[in-house]
Amino acid sequence: MADSSIGLWTVPLAVLGGAIRVSTPFLFVSLGECITERSGRINLGLEGTLVMGAMSAYGISYLTGSPWLGVLAAGITGALLGALHAGICSLPRVNDVAVGIALMLFGIGLAFFLGKPLIEPTAPRLPAIDFGWWSDIPQVRAALRINVLFLIGVAIAPILYWAFKTTRWGLLIRTAGESSDAARAMGHSVLLIRLRATMVGGFLAGIGGSFLSLFYPGSWNEGLSSGQGITAVALVIFARWDPLLCLWASLAFGGAAALGPALQSVGVTSGYHLFNAAPYILTLAIMIITCSPKRTLTGAPAELSITR
Amino acid sequence: MTTDTADSAEAVEAVGVAPAADPGFLQRYGAAIEYILIPGAALIGALATFGAFVALYGKNPLDLYFYMYQGAFGTWFSWQNTLTRAAPLILTALCTALPAQLGMVIIGGEGALLIGALTATSTALAMQWAPPLVVQIAMVVAGVIGGGLWITLSGALRQYRGVNETISSLLLVYIALAILNHLVEGVMRDPASLNKPSTREIGATNMIGTIPGTDVHWGLVFGLVCAIAAYILIYHTTFGFAARVAGGNIRAAKIVGLGVGKLIMTICFLAGACAGLAGMIEVAAVQGRTNANLAAGYGFTGILVAFLARQNPLAVIPVAILLGGISASGGLLQRRLGLPDASVLVLQGIIFVFVLASDALYGRIGFLKGKS
Amino acid sequence: MDFSRISRRHLLQGGAALALGGTIGARAAHAAETTIGFIYVGSRDDYGYNQAHAQGAAALKKLPGIKVVEEEKVPETDAVEKTMESMINLDGSTLLFPTSFGYFNPHMIKIANKYPKIRFEHCGGLWTEKDPKNAGSYFGYIDEAQFISGIVAGYSTKSGKLGFVAAKPIPQVLRNINAFTLGAKLANPKATTQVIFTGDWSMPVKEAEATNSLIDQGVDVLTCHVDGPKTMVENAARRGAFVCGYHVNQSPLAPKAYLTGAEWNWEALYPKFLKMITSGESIPNFYRGGLKEEIVKCSPYGEAVSAEARKHADEMKAKLIAGEYTIFKGPILDNKGKTVIASGVDRGQKDPELEKMDYLIEGVIGATS
Repeated sequence: MADSSIGLWTVPLAVLGGAIRVSTPFLFVSLGECITERSGRINLGLEGTLVMGAMSAYGISYLTGSPWLGVLAAGITGALLGALHAGICSLPRVNDVAVGIALMLFGIGLAFFLGKPLIEPTAPRLPAIDFGWWSDIPQVRAALRINVLFLIGVAIAPILYWAFKTTRWGLLIRTAGESSDAARAMGHSVLLIRLRATMVGGFLAGIGGSFLSLFYPGSWNEGLSSGQGITAVALVIFARWDPLLCLWASLAFGGAAALGPALQSVGVTSGYHLFNAAPYILTLAIMIITCSPKRTLTGAPAELSITR
Repeated sequence: MTTDTADSAEAVEAVGVAPAADPGFLQRYGAAIEYILIPGAALIGALATFGAFVALYGKNPLDLYFYMYQGAFGTWFSWQNTLTRAAPLILTALCTALPAQLGMVIIGGEGALLIGALTATSTALAMQWAPPLVVQIAMVVAGVIGGGLWITLSGALRQYRGVNETISSLLLVYIALAILNHLVEGVMRDPASLNKPSTREIGATNMIGTIPGTDVHWGLVFGLVCAIAAYILIYHTTFGFAARVAGGNIRAAKIVGLGVGKLIMTICFLAGACAGLAGMIEVAAVQGRTNANLAAGYGFTGILVAFLARQNPLAVIPVAILLGGISASGGLLQRRLGLPDASVLVLQGIIFVFVLASDALYGRIGFLKGKS
Repeated sequence: MDFSRISRRHLLQGGAALALGGTIGARAAHAAETTIGFIYVGSRDDYGYNQAHAQGAAALKKLPGIKVVEEEKVPETDAVEKTMESMINLDGSTLLFPTSFGYFNPHMIKIANKYPKIRFEHCGGLWTEKDPKNAGSYFGYIDEAQFISGIVAGYSTKSGKLGFVAAKPIPQVLRNINAFTLGAKLANPKATTQVIFTGDWSMPVKEAEATNSLIDQGVDVLTCHVDGPKTMVENAARRGAFVCGYHVNQSPLAPKAYLTGAEWNWEALYPKFLKMITSGESIPNFYRGGLKEEIVKCSPYGEAVSAEARKHADEMKAKLIAGEYTIFKGPILDNKGKTVIASGVDRGQKDPELEKMDYLIEGVIGATS
């Protein structure tokens, strides 16, 4: 390469790179939440799960030297928090939205509490796979340094889509979400289905957290998740509980997060606060355009409190 | 979803009218006793759990309880500290508790607080010629309108576009913060605010000051008045009755001819108005101007207060004082016990979990059911 | 249980503070223990701004007869007023260090007026004559260290493009960016510094994105001014760029990529303050200093720094310490072509005009708003 600067072209490239780098936590949390919400329950606590996952992944990776064990630990931590959520929600008259907020606080608090000694040490991180080997342009190569978790997330989306549609397991979850009476009539415990769905959701969200601390931005500190978990929950609603749409929405969010810094780097300097708010404005705009007061959202599980 | 429309109606009923008719103390006051006993037990359970957690961390739980008491309620200074911290929480909690009467979950009080602070500050800055009392009244009005309209936006989106209000109110928090930062670092910036971009000051004479004889600013009184007014509105007016009916069952409300849209918009406006007022008070009693410091999380803690108070505007007051006390004692926990700041978050989370789980106990405590 | 005893002791202490009410000097001389309160706006283990202060507090803890009480993550609202009062009333603190800029006005001013016998030392504020006399503000000319970093960066860059990840366009940050660029231009007249503002003090994802965007633009040496530089340092190093640290020494994070860094030296300043107090000397209400006064320092050079760069940087460091060099010496143009410091004007470090800096100099790519 002659000149390393490729000027304005870096904006779309950075947005692409950002979409890949930043989207993974969104993707995992939204897919996890998708499963939970399809079963008829909403878990707003995934922000806490994400942060807890990030902390435990970093801690375990630091202690054992294996980042993959860290990822596993994050998943398990997430599943446990999910079980706690489901356990409390299975008590009569307990509001799941409120439990979610409680567990968000609890998860964040616990992660900060236990994570103090982990801020300074450097833990082994997840490797990246170089998909940009064909290109001479360093910017392209950088954008295409992809972590395998991203690929797993991308693969889970269509699998989940297919599983919801065709497998017995998917049908059970959907039944629990559409009508708990019907699920009961089929001889299944709705609470048990929801417990499992929330645990799987927590597992995925925990893994999303491990991506934050072990790949990108790639270290543990208290500002690590600036509301990404809660944004991902919002994302599920505008993705209409469709795993494939979750994938596209996550990518869009990742790209939007990269937009602000990328525009500044090519000289668009004013209003960066507003550019930084772009993902939120975007979500709201899409929700305003796509929602309708006349009907419940297509795809909305009927048992879900939040779509009433 | 375990709680659906029927359950929230039940909850409202449990709060509002105690099952009357039959004599017998327990029978008559059973619901009221429950309403004190169950949260009390949940609180004790939460404190015990937190004590165990802290003991695992190698600290003496008895020290913990002592310092918590000392830091929150142990001295007159601690009381004032607690009440100062409780003041904004009462108002931001109402921002969640009022819409909850309609079955709506609004979690965007922080955004309304920021917008209320911005509108109140702008108004004060535009009215520097006016006498202080006029400026102060105008600030209240501006804060109320700013915050009110912000949450009304969420209500309107729900009513007219079917956009979920929980999500929209949350997104509006981030948007409000971006607007505030944009303005404070841009057109509204006081060039003299060097390293902390801020608006110009509203002027010392326009500040609302503290309650005589205390260190606690007037925000506490605003909070108490609003909470009591909200309670009367919800439980002792036709409007409040209509709201609770609609909250219980939207379809039933429509059948009896209640204008649900109007209810939603009005309640959302009032809810946002409370949070906006909290923002105005932060400006007029504490900061004296608007800057990023206003995003101190009062709006988010308010959600917690509202849920712990089971969305009852009156119960918001003691719960806000309790949480104010926890945050006031957080400093002592750091200084005396060497606990990290996050212990307050952990404790809040545990209390929240216990209180929510205890919801399952209502109507199930044997001796309170009375013998018939 | 022994807590009743503890409480009595603390009450006595608080009472003693009120009753004695003497100057801190007197108290430090007579009382067995002087209690000093530190208040941080963020987590004290942030590997950045707050940790630098906590390291200073730790240096005080080692001194005999000194008790340090600390509170972290105290927001810049009336919460900090209550924390200060609580440290005074419940812990018997007689000297307080509120270490975040936003604590100064109105919060610390208010409490300092209320407790005239307590000494307040605020980091970063601009104390003026109208402010209470028992309060003071101190800060370091860390732009001197940034200037040295700039020189090293200027020698180390191959593309001539430097990057700066900054939080907000405020005077302290702009001064660092400009000093860094002036240093770089000394080493490499063609060097430019591209700046990206993330909008807030701690936003790791934005900081990482900014780092990547800068490197995509061809930047190969980066520095920053955010609360926790860890994210920038690690992400830049992972992409093969060099970094200059900030606040504290981050070289363990990326030993090969770390060139040098601008660090605070509160471990030196705080014991010095205490010595001044115990010897009855008063601390100036407006206290500033740079490399010479040992308030700031430069990280040791990393292995990638060339001998030529070391020599030049050491030379300039010696000149700054000797007071023979002015960083902001006219003529200086801003990046829109306007003269901001006229030819022949020397803006020495103590020049109050520098504290109001609102421009980016020629050679910086970016805008203040």
